[in-house]
Amino acid sequence: MQVQSYFSSLDNLEGELATLNLGPTHPATHGIFQNVLKMDGERIVSGEPTIGYIHRAFEKLAEHRPYNQITPITDRLNYCSSPINNMGWHMTVEKLIGCELPKRAQYMRVIIMELARIADHLVCDAVIGVDTGALTGFTYMMQERERIYELYEEVCGSRLTTNIGRIGGMERDFTPVFHEKLQAFLKGFPARFEEFNNLLERNRIFMDRCIGAGPISAEKAISYGFTGPNLRAAGVDYDVRVMSPYSSYEDFEFDIPVGTSGDTYDRFVVRQEEIRQSLRIINQAYNNLPEGDYHADVPTFYLPEKPDVYTKMEALIYHFKVVMQETPIPVGEVYHAVEGGNGELGFYLISDGGRHPFRLHFRRPCFIYYQAYPEMIKGSLLSDAILTMSSMNVIAGELDA
Amino acid sequence: MSYEQILEHLHKVLPGVITSSESAHDGILNLYTSREHIMALLSTLRDDEQLNFNFLTSLCGVHYPNQKGQELGVVYHLHNWVSNVRVRVKVYFPKDDPHTETATGLWATANWMERQEYDFFGIIFTGHPDLRRILNVEDMEVFPMLKEYKLEDGTRTDKDDRFFGREGNYERSFD
Repeated sequence: MQVQSYFSSLDNLEGELATLNLGPTHPATHGIFQNVLKMDGERIVSGEPTIGYIHRAFEKLAEHRPYNQITPITDRLNYCSSPINNMGWHMTVEKLIGCELPKRAQYMRVIIMELARIADHLVCDAVIGVDTGALTGFTYMMQERERIYELYEEVCGSRLTTNIGRIGGMERDFTPVFHEKLQAFLKGFPARFEEFNNLLERNRIFMDRCIGAGPISAEKAISYGFTGPNLRAAGVDYDVRVMSPYSSYEDFEFDIPVGTSGDTYDRFVVRQEEIRQSLRIINQAYNNLPEGDYHADVPTFYLPEKPDVYTKMEALIYHFKVVMQETPIPVGEVYHAVEGGNGELGFYLISDGGRHPFRLHFRRPCFIYYQAYPEMIKGSLLSDAILTMSSMNVIAGELDA
Repeated sequence: MSYEQILEHLHKVLPGVITSSESAHDGILNLYTSREHIMALLSTLRDDEQLNFNFLTSLCGVHYPNQKGQELGVVYHLHNWVSNVRVRVKVYFPKDDPHTETATGLWATANWMERQEYDFFGIIFTGHPDLRRILNVEDMEVFPMLKEYKLEDGTRTDKDDRFFGREGNYERSFD
């Protein structure tokens, strides 16, 4: 009798399961989001993510901001690669107003965006190292990110939330210090990066921890709306830079790395290879940087040179119009997507001709693919779940908008 | 596959489903339909071998307060990865009866996307497995993206665009 009741209690494990709150604030979550896990010992039976802890109502805010003041909002989406967000937004507005940029401005944007991609992927890959117990590589890669931040600083004055560039081009041309620092970076970074790569890529412990952790099949990934490195790790070579080239990406030669099993190791390797490809793009863009203007001739959107405002009537008028948002804006709707650090970052803008967007919807890749997380960690160990999360590169700002 | 061919094909397989269509400002084809036909249209777009719109890029709600009887809408962005074509599907319905069908049966990604639009606009996606708020707090009483909710103090007049003749085509305020 007693034996029987013991086995029947095994059939119904419910009472034996532990509930574990992973987050909202826990170093392993790398951001403020919570997962309520049902645990059977160390194995995860099910997970329930709660998000929205840093929801700042960006879509509502954007309906009350003039176009140039929306750029700082986009900074705070994926703050590991703010310049890509900024420029994606600028290109959306440029698509709406029908503004074609000079080649130099486009190449400058490509250089900045690829630097941002490197910074984004570096943090993600280095953190995968940290979560498997290898802190050393992270400390060195933070120095590399620091160098990229110094480059941002030369271009726009800020480092994390960059507000880089303007609608219609770049805010200023590359400074001599920028050239100096970029050349030094392009020269020194590859060797230091390969050193980091060699610490992990074929490391037995690292491979044992990562291979098979949090896999997803290509079909599932597509159904879940995966884009970016996480999708490519599953073996699908979808990249916005190639599918719908923007900002002259068609001029550059680069490869799209793909994985096979969509697990943590593939995500790591795909990101590592993308860093090399980004370097290739930067080298091509920088060595062929065309002469010319660094912004388009759109005086109704692009602020004139400040000294001109004091001396020239035209410049004064345009300055006033830009600052007071007295610029005629076309009516229409546009969708523009860029390849962000985490995948297809889309902006869907409906303009009714008012000074603010009528509706602005952000397609945030993190938000979209994070919903697959409970399925990816089901049945795995807790330590693998943490690794899976860091390898998906879930950035709270982009998740919650 | 050109947009003309897509339209022609859709009129052939699903007669009477597309109420109107247009080419948007960015060149993407807009397809309008009614909520009775939205799932038929989406599943045809996804599964028909000639159309093959395999990827749901995004889904978002939109509120036009002055479009009487059609105030709320859902805009789907679909993408055919093989021939690299995008279409936009739009469906409108009254704000008093904000129901439309869920697309979770077609794409797993629609789950959170629809929860977000429910959270923002109060659009009820019938058949959704878990339609709860996602970004805002559970006990929130309003749907904040509706146009009647102002961002700042509604009594402020110094920022009223009407005084600057910069209102836009759609009336945004309700007073």
